[in-house]
Amino acid sequence: MTVPALVEQFQYGLDAPICLTWELTYACNLSCVHCLSSSGRRDPRELSTAECRAVIDELERMQVFYVNIGGGEPTVRPDFWDLVDYATAHHVGVKFSTNGVKITPAIACRLAASDYVDVQLSLDGATAEVNDAIRGPGSYATALRAMEHLAAAGFRGFKISVVVTRQNAGQLDQFKAIADRFGAQLRLTRLRPSGRGADVWDELHPTAAQQRELYDWLVARGEQVLTGDSFFHLAAYGDPLPGLNLCGAGRVVCLIDPVGDVYACPFAIHDSFLAGSVRGPGGFAAVWRESELFARLRRPQTGGACTSCSAYDSCRGGCMAAKFFTGLPLDGPDPECVKGHGAAALAAGGAAPPKPSGDHSHRTRSSAPVPVTISRRPPDPACNESPLAGFSPGG
Amino acid sequence: MPGTRAGSEPFDLDRPWQLHPQVSVRPERFGALLYHFGTRRLSFLKSPALLTVVRILGEAPSARAACRDAGVTEAELPAYAAALGTLAASQMIRAREAS
Repeated sequence: MTVPALVEQFQYGLDAPICLTWELTYACNLSCVHCLSSSGRRDPRELSTAECRAVIDELERMQVFYVNIGGGEPTVRPDFWDLVDYATAHHVGVKFSTNGVKITPAIACRLAASDYVDVQLSLDGATAEVNDAIRGPGSYATALRAMEHLAAAGFRGFKISVVVTRQNAGQLDQFKAIADRFGAQLRLTRLRPSGRGADVWDELHPTAAQQRELYDWLVARGEQVLTGDSFFHLAAYGDPLPGLNLCGAGRVVCLIDPVGDVYACPFAIHDSFLAGSVRGPGGFAAVWRESELFARLRRPQTGGACTSCSAYDSCRGGCMAAKFFTGLPLDGPDPECVKGHGAAALAAGGAAPPKPSGDHSHRTRSSAPVPVTISRRPPDPACNESPLAGFSPGG
Repeated sequence: MPGTRAGSEPFDLDRPWQLHPQVSVRPERFGALLYHFGTRRLSFLKSPALLTVVRILGEAPSARAACRDAGVTEAELPAYAAALGTLAASQMIRAREAS
């Protein structure tokens, strides 16, 4: 039974993803400042009900155990509940992320009756003040009401998902208390500079001291608190957190977006990480198995500037999306590297962060004046450095 | 990820076992992935032989017999018992009444 460690196996990819995120729509009733998919408006090219069903059929054939459905706000799709039923009838479990807007008492009862549906409510503050500053007025009350409905319907163990920010990092015990009150499970995930998150990253991402406190808090709670494997860069502090502790992009995870485009990970909605489309010949399976981008991500990666660091075996250079969207080279340190190498690289001024490839934000602020600062600083020679140094993703 | 839990009961190789009905199995190059729809937990079978054991477990008179039929040697048996014990602890497999 001596085989290479699973992490080694997973580096080379699997026959089908373990963890597939499927964003069903870019439409959303909210405008969270850190939205990783820049959601707001529905895309007119959105997959139709028939196309969604065909994707589910394919996932069944590939034996994908479950999909993480998100958005936008997936429940605003009129066919959402039908698609959930279709997936579970075809042996594809569903975990969906929601802000709670459609979780009525009747829907909560329906969800509680299924073993194959899990619900994840987004909450980014343990108090309305902190949450609503990020997610918008009334969003805390909406989420809490949805939790009350789920708990009243007897739904045990639904997830409360929190993006850890500088503003809520001091509320971890309060989040845990909310989860315990509803018989729910707390899930903490990392803020990524993806989508609109790039605009607020500097103000929202946790400080170095907060990261350390978060790590200690997570280590003390072990498997009681889920993390979606998103804090593996913190493994450089010492012991790894529960989970696979590797970047799963294109290896064990990927993303299908509302128009059927397949990206390496949910935090990398950008042309540089576009592997193909479920609308192409061969569908999703062909993208997963044959995409050049995924093949490249599954080859052994070089640590670049990080190779000589004593922590590289633990953190493996951190999160690809976090590096990419802050303008750091993919074979360099994570912007939140616990050894401070990322902060140093950012302070030294790397390449300009890449422009987003798509934006479905509500246009409510388009008429506001845009503050512009004209820099007198001459162009930094480092600007010539491509953020994709040593990495050339295919189409 | 499966690991040996301190304090767990030693695995009983001599009684019949079966895969939990809510568990789905997906073969992979290294063995297989297991997903339990009830506990919503993922687990791994780290060798193809272990996958064979798990597959024939429900028909075999005992876990020991399933291991033997899957080609597991006497020397390898303790490691397989430990792996099955981990699967039992996470409810991926469960004891079955003798038929």
